[in-house]
Amino acid sequence: MTLPADTIEASFRGRLGEFSLEIDLSIPAAGVTVLFGPSGCGKTTLLRCLAGLERLPGRLIVGGEVWQDASHFLAPHRRPIGFVFQEASLLAHLSVRRNLLFGRHRIKAAAPIGFDQIVTLLSLEPLLDRGVGKLSGGERQRVAIGRALLAQPRLLLMDEPLASLDGQRKSEVLPYLEALHEELAIPVIYVTHDGVEAARLGDRMIPMRDGRAGHAVDLCAGLATASQELLAQRLAERGAEGLVAELQAAGADQLLAGLAVAALQAGLPPVGKA
Amino acid sequence: MLDILWLTVKLAGVTTAVLLVLATPLSWWLARSRSWWKEIVGALVALPIVLPPTVLGFYLLIALGPHSPLMAPLQAVGVRTLAFTFEGLVIGSVVYSLPFAVQPIRNAFQAIGERPFEVAATLRASPLDAFFSVALPLARPGFIVAAILVFAHTIGEFGVVLMLGGGIPGETDVLSIEIYRLVEALEWDKAHQLAGLLLIFAFAVMLSLLLIERRTGRLRT
Repeated sequence: MTLPADTIEASFRGRLGEFSLEIDLSIPAAGVTVLFGPSGCGKTTLLRCLAGLERLPGRLIVGGEVWQDASHFLAPHRRPIGFVFQEASLLAHLSVRRNLLFGRHRIKAAAPIGFDQIVTLLSLEPLLDRGVGKLSGGERQRVAIGRALLAQPRLLLMDEPLASLDGQRKSEVLPYLEALHEELAIPVIYVTHDGVEAARLGDRMIPMRDGRAGHAVDLCAGLATASQELLAQRLAERGAEGLVAELQAAGADQLLAGLAVAALQAGLPPVGKA
Repeated sequence: MLDILWLTVKLAGVTTAVLLVLATPLSWWLARSRSWWKEIVGALVALPIVLPPTVLGFYLLIALGPHSPLMAPLQAVGVRTLAFTFEGLVIGSVVYSLPFAVQPIRNAFQAIGERPFEVAATLRASPLDAFFSVALPLARPGFIVAAILVFAHTIGEFGVVLMLGGGIPGETDVLSIEIYRLVEALEWDKAHQLAGLLLIFAFAVMLSLLLIERRTGRLRT
């Protein structure tokens, strides 16, 4: 049993337009938790509810602090989070350096994550004095990640940060995300519909479908290099035998993507039961 | 002649300064509010575009005159009327040019969209902080266009100034009124000079507006 101080307890119920969300989650506030599912399943909405950018009826307790309950809603700018949007969304009137420092300048407490550290980690040195209009897609997203980290988040929320990048740019940014994971001990909630990203970055995965979240699935460390037999075994344990047979016939890349899909199917409660 | 020119520029300058301050919160509200009745306020603000200036000038003359209930608080401190005064002209010009300030600033605020404010919020900026550190700088082209439009529109106003100001030398006698008077007095040479001056000014204004539009359009793409 995890101590409440180390968990994120989230429950939301409600409608936003045509869409309805019904979430009850307890996530360990450590490592990378991947919210995984097809587009339109509510994972971005859930992430925005965690940030306070959307407001649905519910309860949110992060590390023992109440961020939202029936009588209380902590405004997004008072939540110690970092948020990386799908599009880099850099502030067009500021240089790269001033984008990076936007959040940091507004922190009054100590700042354990240093400017130089982030600039080195994300290789931002040559970009610092440029305007944001003169960056490539991958560079923009790296600046956005650095900017979120320099706001000294206790929780980093990432909404498909690689989805707007093409294959080459994606593989340019992915190593930085892995380095981040190794160097900084900030819990991350990472939204994606890409099985390869989920497998490479995630410590655990929460499958989502139709506005509901399934049980968390542990993704063993070094999943990307694990043997097919091990993966197949893990899938079989979760009752996805049919898929395993198909996946064993396929290549490794497909296996990784398939694992995510299988976990999605195995982890979800049967539809119509609730 | 120089005092007329100075008075005209002073009126336009003061009007522009007052309007930039007044129109900013109003435009912000019109751009961001979701209430349906904001369009009623929007229509009231836009009214001077279609209202004959003489109608506006007539109502302003009554509202700022000695028998107006609006003037009661000012009469308590010894100001009997604002009609036929420079201050009255500033108020009239502010009302008359209000839509030319609100429209470009409102559009500029709307063009920013929701995302930069979400970014600012997740980076610890309060809504007020984000207004100054994100909204105002991103809407800068709108403010420049508003300032140019208001300044030029105030230089060019005639009907309101005539009704409300009466063309008192040194107090309310501005360029457009002077040209009218010169033509009445058959002083064609002087009228030519002033009219030519305003023509060149108007052309410079339109050219600068188009150049700004071209530049901000290029920045967006």
